Amino acid sequence: MNTRIKKLRNQSLTAVNKLSPERAILVTEFYKKDIANQVSSRQLSGPVKRAMTFKYILENKKICINENELIVGERGPAPKETPTYPEVSLHSIQDLDILDTRPKVWFRVDNETKEIYEKEIIPFWKGNSQRDKIFAQLSDEWKAAYEAGVFTEFQEQRAPGHTVAGKKIFQKGMLDLKKEIQESIAKHKSSNDPKVSDKIEELKAMDIAANAIIAFAHRHAITLINLAEIEKDEQRKMELIEMARVCRKVPANAPETFHEMLQHYWFIHLGVITEVNPWDSFNPGRLDQHLYPFYKQEIKNGSLTKEEAIELLQAFWIKFNNHPSPPKMGVTALESNTYTDFSLINLGGLKEDGTDAVNELTYILLDVIEEMRILQPSSMVQISKKNPDSFVQRAIKISKSGFGQPSFFNTDAIIKELINQGKSIIDARNGGASGCVETGAFGTESYILTGYFNLNKILEITLHNGIDPKINKKIGIKTGDPRSFKNIDELLDAYKKQVNYFADIKLKGNNIIEKLYAEQLPVPFLSLIIEDCISNGVDYNAGGARYNTSYVQGVGLGSIADNLSSIKYNVFDHKNITIDELLKAMEANFEGYDQLRHDLIYETPKYGNDDDYVDSLAVDVFNIFYDAINSKPTYRGGKFRINMLPTTSHVYFGSVIKATADGRKALEPLSEGISPFQGADKKGPTAVLKSAAKIDHIKTGGTLLNQKFSPSFFKDDQSITKLSHLVRSYFKMDGHHIQFNVVSAITLRDAQKYPEKHTDLIVRVAGYSDYFNDLGENLQNEIIRRTEHEDFY
Amino acid sequence: MLGTIFDIKHFAVHDGPGIRQTIFFKGCPLNCWWCHNPESQDVNPEKFIKINKLDGKEFRKEVTVGYKIAVDELFKIILGDQVFFEESGGGVTFSGGEPLMQIDFLYKIAKLCKQNNIHTCIDTTGFASDKEIKKIAEVTDLFLYDIKLIDNELHKKYTGVHIDKILRNLKWLDQNNKKAILRFPVIPGITDTEKNISEIKSFIKSLKNINQIDLLPYHNISNGKYSRFKKENKMSNTQALSDNDMKLLKTEFESIEFNVSIGG
Repeated sequence: MNTRIKKLRNQSLTAVNKLSPERAILVTEFYKKDIANQVSSRQLSGPVKRAMTFKYILENKKICINENELIVGERGPAPKETPTYPEVSLHSIQDLDILDTRPKVWFRVDNETKEIYEKEIIPFWKGNSQRDKIFAQLSDEWKAAYEAGVFTEFQEQRAPGHTVAGKKIFQKGMLDLKKEIQESIAKHKSSNDPKVSDKIEELKAMDIAANAIIAFAHRHAITLINLAEIEKDEQRKMELIEMARVCRKVPANAPETFHEMLQHYWFIHLGVITEVNPWDSFNPGRLDQHLYPFYKQEIKNGSLTKEEAIELLQAFWIKFNNHPSPPKMGVTALESNTYTDFSLINLGGLKEDGTDAVNELTYILLDVIEEMRILQPSSMVQISKKNPDSFVQRAIKISKSGFGQPSFFNTDAIIKELINQGKSIIDARNGGASGCVETGAFGTESYILTGYFNLNKILEITLHNGIDPKINKKIGIKTGDPRSFKNIDELLDAYKKQVNYFADIKLKGNNIIEKLYAEQLPVPFLSLIIEDCISNGVDYNAGGARYNTSYVQGVGLGSIADNLSSIKYNVFDHKNITIDELLKAMEANFEGYDQLRHDLIYETPKYGNDDDYVDSLAVDVFNIFYDAINSKPTYRGGKFRINMLPTTSHVYFGSVIKATADGRKALEPLSEGISPFQGADKKGPTAVLKSAAKIDHIKTGGTLLNQKFSPSFFKDDQSITKLSHLVRSYFKMDGHHIQFNVVSAITLRDAQKYPEKHTDLIVRVAGYSDYFNDLGENLQNEIIRRTEHEDFY
Repeated sequence: MLGTIFDIKHFAVHDGPGIRQTIFFKGCPLNCWWCHNPESQDVNPEKFIKINKLDGKEFRKEVTVGYKIAVDELFKIILGDQVFFEESGGGVTFSGGEPLMQIDFLYKIAKLCKQNNIHTCIDTTGFASDKEIKKIAEVTDLFLYDIKLIDNELHKKYTGVHIDKILRNLKWLDQNNKKAILRFPVIPGITDTEKNISEIKSFIKSLKNINQIDLLPYHNISNGKYSRFKKENKMSNTQALSDNDMKLLKTEFESIEFNVSIGG
């Protein structure tokens, strides 16, 4: 890393997280003006109004050029100054105070901002934000289940997003897209489609958005020229002039150099995350594939050196780190409390012709990841059976340094998953995983995460015949007193009914939310990026993409397998205890039931040990969940699907459940992803992988497996080779994803005691990495427990 | 046909090539002072009190170490890890105790593995009859063969048996082109003496095929096991060798053109 990058990296790492009112002010100003205009006659269509809002923000926001940087553009007025999106979800003064003062993942909010919120923002948006509209329309059953922690809802404070750039935008400029828009307008005008006027409005909006981003880049070019004029250092002066040239060329035109491509993408990235706050952050996807042609050509003709390419990539990396996840509110702050915004760079995998995609630049990017060692962007490697071992081993060597990147994905499984969902083989091969582990057809799919689904809470409700014992309220349906159940199948039948009941509520609620976004908050800029919104003349939020998928994420598979196993083993098969006694012990949080709790923990078959007795129950639950969700139609004309990932919701979901049959005490975290419950796996990683592979990963849109290793496992090349074989074996069994947490429990304990000594300690949480110091104490403890257990291996 | 084993380790990465499953047989004719698995010595199942801790409280339970298992049942468990064996070039390792003490059972299970293309490895003290060694060699891909002390009397003192039979079997394996890796437990003050090392070197130099030795550093992780199983620990005060000492020893064995690794 050269001096420039060191400085930029340091600037990014030390920048203070601040809440910026800039965007909220501009959006509010625009909407107020628009209301005034409407009185005087003109009424804008929904999409055009949103495009005009986007244009207004980009025309008026502060242009930020950081000292010595190479890739320009900030979403806020400065690095880590993060905007809000009051038209989506409105922070209250209390929310702002909490953000400002909470000990972790804080955003400083100055008094001026609070005043603006109090006087301008809150009065205008209260009752009118998307969040308020959503809650006003959802059913009482939905609210009861949501409040009890049966599921969460992503789109109540962040707009539907979760998509990734495909190859199109790396080959086309906005002027090319504007031509496509005109062609589409002509095509639709000549058809007798009854929705033609809606389509024309949507396409007009896309055209406005395309112009807006071009103008925004030009504003940067002007600022750069102004800076060049006063710059004393000749070399920097030349750089600034070159950067200005790049900003005039892209994103208006298709990029033709390595530098142009990175800047081109970055403007598009800023456009997507400024238009609304899509969840998760946008990302460039298959970066080594998109960049390689530019790299190869420029290296060949001598216009770029390898060192220059690395410097540009490192500068690009820092831009991601300057952009934390927008500050959340309410329960979402608990379920996903992190600065990370889940931009997941994909490396390796297959080309669209099905051949090995690993190239020279893939390895250079791995070097960049290792050297930068920052939270954002996150990174992963796609591993196909066609990729070389040297690639896998290089990636494992990086993960050994302990910051949890890159994670490992099975390309061959991802492609099968996408084809199973009906994508073409080409679109499937151009896909990958984003966010934590979510499968997607990059550039052609809108795949929205709708919320986590608490599989264990529903078992608790089933065991109380429809009542939530935590709040003593009936929120489920009556499926029979569990004391009358004669075997585990009867319990599973009752559980299935409850899952179907809650899944139905969740999906109905989601369709209401999708309709609201389609009608009220279209995203014409994002619609430019994702195929086939332009040719369909339909917004991304209204089903304009080639593929539309809505996911529900199952949480706590390991825990529920253990809970069912405990009931099957102790109540039905061995008759160690009656269900009545077990429920009483759980109700008492095992106070006075020490021996029982010991037996539940130590003497009962647990998931993660390649034991069919319990693993078959995990498969049963997986299938019940799958059947309840999969293939149901969505409002946008797509399908509901499942994936199995928790982010940090396994902590929140545990906090709404009393003691459970596996011996877990009330309110403690559940298992995460499809990993075994912390400490339940006693037979080592091969047994964990065998258990985890028993569910059919191909039927999902992603599963998350966290495997802990003590650093000694990575000590030499021979060990690294064995780990690569372990990964390949899991992938042979169709495992979707595995990530390594490599840090000793001693280090973590020390960090908990002396956080100041470990400010740079990054650990793998669940599908992403985070600073250990930024994690809540209960999550820290959970990670220590996982790790301690691993130290024995 | 039943055998007695006391543990199965999955993802064993130090007992032969690739990812392996190691089956620990119960019963050993030796009783080395430094034995890491004192619970493996007696061929009969043994009871001991296991203590689990939960919330600061101790829970005691009598458990049995060692259980009988049928060939078919064991084979089913081994097959469970086949995907890892195939991917990594690994397989199954029979360790102990001394697996050759249960030669009939061992032969049956190893033969079944061979018939199913699973790589077999025997981790042995070499203390067996020549007939037994010849028989098991038919179904063994690799021997991990202990060599501890060349002096017959010292061997008897520290392991309970003489070494002559062990060296004779090793020579037979070597002369018959059987693959073997030697394993030398480096026990401070006992096997790491200048005299013993020089005797080992001159013995193994005479081998014509075998050319690999693993140096296994002594470590005192087993102290807890001795008290748990109520066995006399003669080594409780011994300290492990430094990494540097191990490296010096490695160089010494490399000087006789052996491939040497530390830790196996």
